[in-house]
Amino acid sequence: MSADDAAVPPQREGRRLRVGVLASQGGFAAHARMLGELGAEALEVRTPGAFADLDALVIPGGESTTISKAIERDGLAPAIRAHVAGGRPILGTCAGMIVCDREHLGLIDATVRRNAFGRQIASFETDLELAGIGPDSLRAVFIRAPWIESHGGEVEVLATVDGHPVAIRDGRVLACSFHPELTDDLRVHALLMAIATAAREERAGAEAAAGEDRGGQG
Amino acid sequence: MAETGTFRVKRGLAEMLKGGVIMDVVTPEEARVAEDAGAVAVMALERVPADIRRDGGVARMSDPSMITEIQGAVSIPVMAKARIGHFAEAQVLQALEIDYVDESEVLTPADEANHIDKQAFEVPFVCGATDLGEALRRIGEGAAMIRSKGEAGTGNIVEAVRHLREIVGGIKRLGTLRAEELAGEAKRLRAPIDVVEEVARTGWLPVPLFCAGGIATPADAALTMQLGAEGNFVGSGIFKSSDPQRMARAIVEATTHFADPERVAAASRGLGAAMRGDDIAELATQGELLQQRGT
Repeated sequence: MSADDAAVPPQREGRRLRVGVLASQGGFAAHARMLGELGAEALEVRTPGAFADLDALVIPGGESTTISKAIERDGLAPAIRAHVAGGRPILGTCAGMIVCDREHLGLIDATVRRNAFGRQIASFETDLELAGIGPDSLRAVFIRAPWIESHGGEVEVLATVDGHPVAIRDGRVLACSFHPELTDDLRVHALLMAIATAAREERAGAEAAAGEDRGGQG
Repeated sequence: MAETGTFRVKRGLAEMLKGGVIMDVVTPEEARVAEDAGAVAVMALERVPADIRRDGGVARMSDPSMITEIQGAVSIPVMAKARIGHFAEAQVLQALEIDYVDESEVLTPADEANHIDKQAFEVPFVCGATDLGEALRRIGEGAAMIRSKGEAGTGNIVEAVRHLREIVGGIKRLGTLRAEELAGEAKRLRAPIDVVEEVARTGWLPVPLFCAGGIATPADAALTMQLGAEGNFVGSGIFKSSDPQRMARAIVEATTHFADPERVAAASRGLGAAMRGDDIAELATQGELLQQRGT
């Protein structure tokens, strides 16, 4: 991906992007507010049926054990996997990054270490350079945060702290250890929406091509 | 430059607990039951409020070795209680690297005039409140999370409902006032003017609002969430019920799906007996209610 991705206006012609925020537990409301500020239709999703027809999904921070258990209890894993299989992007923050890793939903080719920076007393905020959102640094808030312990060769590392990856992109899944929703900086969410817009246009193009094929046969 | 202990970092953990249930536990085994049931955090203490109420005497901070054992048993955040105004207990809890300190009316107050200066700490604090003024005073002192006081250890939701309505109603009322009326309102609320102005402007507290004090069933949890709580503390209600494992799971499920009565109904089926519970008026005749401590 290029640094220009985030500069793509999230809203083109046509309907607004529909972005789901997994609302089983955690900081989902702040994500929804930021997505709304960027012009998306933000929807809290708690049940499998609510995932249909989303352009993107955010898995927020919270307690990863609680969120994992809710995903299992409420049968959400197939819906989340279908979302990704349909070429639609995901942003996972903190617990959301953990939930995406190899040992959970397996949506990123990475293993995440929980509470890697320590207990709450070690939680911190810092200025972070993040590839893909432009040259200005971002204020990143880390709460009992995880980091990426290991990852596959296809995974793009977007930011590191003390040598540990804290933001990655694997295909159309973005994952970060910190909480963009605890600041007023909309650039990470804008990046997600830019990927979602591109994915939607790709789907529309594929549908049009399929339609022409059918037309040719008639 | 990396900064620890900022207000945003303190509030941040409370933000991540939203939509979840924080459970009182007295042993590492109970802590594991809570974590397995989907608790977002546990509150480590020596006796649940119902037992503190029954036993009487002075209730203090828990034994550090017991807190450490619970920290070792689970990977979710561990909270612990300090007495109101007892900043040395809070210092001990910070030294133990507790994730959140609850300056709690459930313990016997150590200072009748002053709360802890919570801004002086790196570790975040949660405090109880019965109305908006009390909530804003605690926020002014540095609390990064507010919970209703309710009446702990009673299994009776009526006081928590009153407190949530007072707090949420007070917030709405602030939103209706003109700018020049806010100073007078701050005086009436006995709250810092800057916090009053912020709430009037944003329409909500600057920190998360949870419910505590009396939740005993999944429907209780759904009720408090619909009244504006952003998460629930459950004290005696889980481990004083006949089947704590199932009760814990059910209250977690009802806290997520609070707006879906069918899910709350399903979660409520066949849970066995909830804790017995107390009538508040009867308790009041026997002496001080916990909620009247440290206002």
